Amino acid sequence: MPLSTERPVVAVRDLRTHIVTRWGTIRAVDGVSFEVGEGETLGLVGESGSGKSMTCLSLIRLVPRPAARIVGGEVRLDGDDLLVLREEEMQQIRGRKVAMILQDPMSSLNPVFSIGMQVREAAAMYHHLRGRPLLERAASLLAAVRIPSPEARLRAFPHQLSGGMRQRVVGAMAIAAPPRLLIADEPTTSLDLTIQAQYLGLLKDLQRAHRLAMIFVTHNLGIVARMCDRVAVMYAGRIVEMGPVRRIFREPAHPYTRALLASIPRLGARHDRLTAIEGQPPDLANLAAGCAFAPRCPDAMDRCRVEAPPDHAVGERHVTRCWLSAP
Amino acid sequence: MAAEPGGRTVLVLPDVAAPPAAARRGRRWPAFSIGVIAGFVLLAVFAPLLGLPDPQSQSLRNRFKPPVWEESGTWQHPLGTDRLGRDLLSRIVWGARVSLAAGVVTVLVASAFGAIVGLVAGYYRGRVDATLMRVTDATMSFPVILLALILAVTVGPSFANVVFAIAVILWARYARVIRGQVLTLMELDFIAQARIAGAGAWRVITRHLFPNTLNTLVVLVTLQIGYVIIVEASLSFLGAGIPPPTPAWGSMIAEGREFVTSAWWASFFPGLAILLVVLAFNLLGDWLRDTLDPKLRQL
Repeated sequence: MPLSTERPVVAVRDLRTHIVTRWGTIRAVDGVSFEVGEGETLGLVGESGSGKSMTCLSLIRLVPRPAARIVGGEVRLDGDDLLVLREEEMQQIRGRKVAMILQDPMSSLNPVFSIGMQVREAAAMYHHLRGRPLLERAASLLAAVRIPSPEARLRAFPHQLSGGMRQRVVGAMAIAAPPRLLIADEPTTSLDLTIQAQYLGLLKDLQRAHRLAMIFVTHNLGIVARMCDRVAVMYAGRIVEMGPVRRIFREPAHPYTRALLASIPRLGARHDRLTAIEGQPPDLANLAAGCAFAPRCPDAMDRCRVEAPPDHAVGERHVTRCWLSAP
Repeated sequence: MAAEPGGRTVLVLPDVAAPPAAARRGRRWPAFSIGVIAGFVLLAVFAPLLGLPDPQSQSLRNRFKPPVWEESGTWQHPLGTDRLGRDLLSRIVWGARVSLAAGVVTVLVASAFGAIVGLVAGYYRGRVDATLMRVTDATMSFPVILLALILAVTVGPSFANVVFAIAVILWARYARVIRGQVLTLMELDFIAQARIAGAGAWRVITRHLFPNTLNTLVVLVTLQIGYVIIVEASLSFLGAGIPPPTPAWGSMIAEGREFVTSAWWASFFPGLAILLVVLAFNLLGDWLRDTLDPKLRQL
């Protein structure tokens, strides 16, 4: 497993993003810290609304304005804090240093331009190529994401390609620079299963080829096991447990992680019903003091309801925010 | 099923019915619209070469000559003459210049300005949007005719004033429609993806938003040309439009109005010209809307 201790590509410290709504301020990202090294993949898992996507958007400073605002923390990319850059400087980072693949391949390409024009635009933006070399670069990008007969595909329009093909084109544009950090926000959710497997394999290969740091957002733990080196489990805007994939799967320390793992259906296991997590996700606008998971936690103690737990180390590079793991 | 000699059975598919006429209508070439518009454009462009009598030369001896098929009509004035003895055909041909130019120039100015406002408002949202849309609302509530009359009284009637008066109010419709479309587009992932790729406001607006609003814009422009021709004619009819003696269809109708019982042709033919051109632009607009709509394009 690649280790990222010395020089992480991206280091996030105490990131906070708030969303102001009619019902109050939601702390969508509430003090998130993590690092991702070169060639390493960090999985970001959690249920809907736990702040995974908002964390990713905060990294590239594209949170939906004006409701959402990054209110604190730092995001260091190769040592430089992105949160203090001017917007024009940030535009130079986006695409060139940090790329992102979104969930829905059906709408992530501009319907009125051909594939070739869009891939060429990306390549031209980052490398100032034109004419023949630009065309060749575009074709080789499509070839890199294993699109058959790339020259012919350059002339196609988005509506003529399948979802899997379009997602590959998005991938080709994402690695056009190539970037240092690739954020994949549930890139395979809307693809069917066989295409999903192919696409994940492709992402892995691209990562290896360019030694990308990768943040992989998903709520599919099977994909986490396959894709990621480390996992961060998010709940109510916080990372409640983070550690190497194997440790998280074998010895989950946080009750929420345990509950998530227990809710995966297993072939051959003799359960009449799937295990569900009791209760509802918390109302982020009115979080009570203490641990956000306490109301749903089977092991909650009195202390959990009054005092939010800090990070506790439970193994090598394995931390959890839970009083149960307090020394 | 049908049995073949070999004993096998073959599935015989029924003939697939051709798509109904309604489904194909969108694709049919709009011959009438194109023909009428092309005809008037050619007449307007080549008016000086047609060997027609001077549209402004008066001849009081020849006043109110009827069209050629009426008793005492002559081929010298195929559509007759007006109350000053000016040739009607020639005046309609020269008037096409005014009407078409007013329609096209006004709509282009208005659509360009309106589209920019709509794109900016829809992209930036928030306070920019609120301000621009209040201005748009205020503009839409102001009557074109009133503004043109004010201009005619204060600055004097002229072609430029007509174009200005209509364009200054017409842009608001474009702003509204384009903003609405931009709001929908902004929710789509390719806009997010473009910004993630490092595109700034200018690039997102020009490369991603504007091309996606082009269909709507083209349809709206075509439909509005007809409307503007009618407004221009109304203004000329009211004397706030193109000043005489320049021939304009609206003022020709106005001049013939008093004599409509004795010399119907003086008002009828300019009116027919307006009807044909406006109808042609509207039909063309309908056709463009059906053809450019990607959902209907598959039919």
